[in-house]
Amino acid sequence: MDILRIATAGSVDDGKSTLIGRLLYETNSITKDKIEALESASKRKGLNFLDLSLLTDGLIAEREQGITIDVANIYFSTPTRKYIIADTPGHIEYTRNMVTGASNAKVSLILVDARQGIVEQTSRHLSIASLLRIPKVIICVNKMDLVQYEESKFNEIQHKLSELVSKTTFLGQTVSYLPISSLFGQNITKKAVEMPWFNGNTLLGELETFEFAETLAQAPARFPVQFVVRPMTEAYHDYRGYAGKISSGTFKVGDEIRVLPTGQTSIIATIEKFENSLEQAIAGESIVMTLSNDIDISRGNSIVLASETDVPSLKDFSAHVCWLDHQALSPGKTYLLQHGIHVTKAKIIQITERLDVSQQTSETEVGQLNLNEIGKISLRTAQAISADKYSENPSNGSFILIDEFSNSTVGVGFVD
Amino acid sequence: MSTKMSAIQDKIGQFPRELEDESIYIMREVAAQFERPALLFSGGKDSITLVRLAQKAFFPGKIPFPLVHIDTGHNFPETIEFRDWLAKETGAELIVRYVQDSIDQGKAKEESGKYASRNVLQTVTLLDTIEEFKFDACIGGARRDEEKARAKERIFSVRDDFGQWDAKRQRPELFDMLNGRISVGENVRVFPISNWTELDVWNYIKEEKMEIPSIYFAHQRQVIQRDGMLWADSEHLNKEADEIPFETTVRFRTVGDMTCTAAVSSHAVDINVIIEEILSAEISERGARIDDKRSEAAMEKRKQQGYF
Repeated sequence: MDILRIATAGSVDDGKSTLIGRLLYETNSITKDKIEALESASKRKGLNFLDLSLLTDGLIAEREQGITIDVANIYFSTPTRKYIIADTPGHIEYTRNMVTGASNAKVSLILVDARQGIVEQTSRHLSIASLLRIPKVIICVNKMDLVQYEESKFNEIQHKLSELVSKTTFLGQTVSYLPISSLFGQNITKKAVEMPWFNGNTLLGELETFEFAETLAQAPARFPVQFVVRPMTEAYHDYRGYAGKISSGTFKVGDEIRVLPTGQTSIIATIEKFENSLEQAIAGESIVMTLSNDIDISRGNSIVLASETDVPSLKDFSAHVCWLDHQALSPGKTYLLQHGIHVTKAKIIQITERLDVSQQTSETEVGQLNLNEIGKISLRTAQAISADKYSENPSNGSFILIDEFSNSTVGVGFVD
Repeated sequence: MSTKMSAIQDKIGQFPRELEDESIYIMREVAAQFERPALLFSGGKDSITLVRLAQKAFFPGKIPFPLVHIDTGHNFPETIEFRDWLAKETGAELIVRYVQDSIDQGKAKEESGKYASRNVLQTVTLLDTIEEFKFDACIGGARRDEEKARAKERIFSVRDDFGQWDAKRQRPELFDMLNGRISVGENVRVFPISNWTELDVWNYIKEEKMEIPSIYFAHQRQVIQRDGMLWADSEHLNKEADEIPFETTVRFRTVGDMTCTAAVSSHAVDINVIIEEILSAEISERGARIDDKRSEAAMEKRKQQGYF
């Protein structure tokens, strides 16, 4: 059983809460106590139906109390899959939260109000989905009930959306458009009886049939060494295992490997998962690897296939960054750069561009990058990092920037 | 197969192995990023799962941090017995500190009345223990599906000197990169099973054939009835005159102190039945509310099987 992570974002009014509530409800994911709470809350509001939006709207109360709202995780499952929705409510710190929530997502769920069509957020959301190379975007044209389920209305919005999408999308991204009504459960998990003209999937159908595992296993093989296991017991006297989670690709017993940055080579003797020996392991698996000869490897080193001779080793490079901190990013400043588990110092050389993700434009001559802004920077690191271009291998192409004094995570970067 | 039973079978599903990979990765980050980590062990299924994950993460090495148990003195004897067995089995170091000591030192005050428990008092002992051993990271078994506020909790959650959580100071966690850098005096609570649901935990215990304390399974016990729930009778429970203990067959869904964990009537003696029982209670109740036409049948079926 696999896990599909979905990112969604939006303001309270676009029906996102109702949509998530509807998904949970129709997949039998709401527990008894939650239904009871929902019933009484709906009654208090004077409604004669279950207000499904209240399920995730604990967050509204938080906003009223002035607490920072950010990413909330919502869980549900079907016989096919387990789903994790990273839900980011509309808020001033929109971009920061949207990027954070979307960073692990394979699907971006975007809502459009059928009465309003495209708004600024739609554009922002699409841009971020592409910046993060999210392979699948599902645009739900919601509240179709309020436009009498009219096909022409949907077609009109879809036409405008596809024009916008053509500016943001990348090769390998699939975008689907669904007319739905969250309030009346049209096209969420069941075919819309009110929209017989629509032949596409339901929302759940889109999620259940989306295949994504293959690509990651076929990407270049990257294994960052997290921890060296040295039991030094009698039974395992000379044992030296390299523990970590494969970030991309596939490793097999017998593969010739190279260690970065040292360049030493060896052969994979075993791949272990607890008491089991495996023939091979793929991206996402936490394993222990042993090698045929003793070489010096420590945490932060990266193991790649020896046959791959041109694995990048970067010290001077450019990247897109999204700034997450109140204190702006400015050239000349140094930060700690964490790429996967490898931490090194980094100096910001220049901010070359600032992107306006809602207008699809950019400006050069940038003095600093503020909270929630996305820009392009050039930087230099103290030690080389073995990072791929984010667009070519996302799971090995991102990094975070950490403020050395506050220890906060202040930015996220995507290697160009 | 009836509709309800097949709905339950559908829900049980399998344990998504990706969750284990993720949690093991987190365990290894803790060992690598902190100087003095500890695993907070309560004896419940979630912390038993943590021990299993830690064991796997460092195999064939031993778990490189101690298991810390804050003993309220109100634990089920079965839990204590299990704790000692597990520490021995895994070869992990076990540190036990007692709420009773905090009370004796005047740092915590025993509650009174029939609902008296030591649940709140544990915090005092825990913070003292963190200070005594200078722990910089404490691994806990909290899950995001437990409640709304938890849904926003980070995997690495930074706490100040007083163990306090400040929602505004939460660090964004992007991709799988974990930033455990802290200043002097701060420490981090780590939640490796953040993304697991209760069902995931049970399915994992089942698939891994893990041992769990016997009180999770149906057994004969002296209980009293209070507020519509069954409470285990013990010397720690403050009973009122009309609360007469009687013996019945029960099991515990969660395992905390004897004074704050209610039992449920159950005949479930193996884990498959426990999982079905958990889902059955929820699904049939839901059926009763949402689809009232089916409710009668669902209720009847439940009664037949001896639930409630």
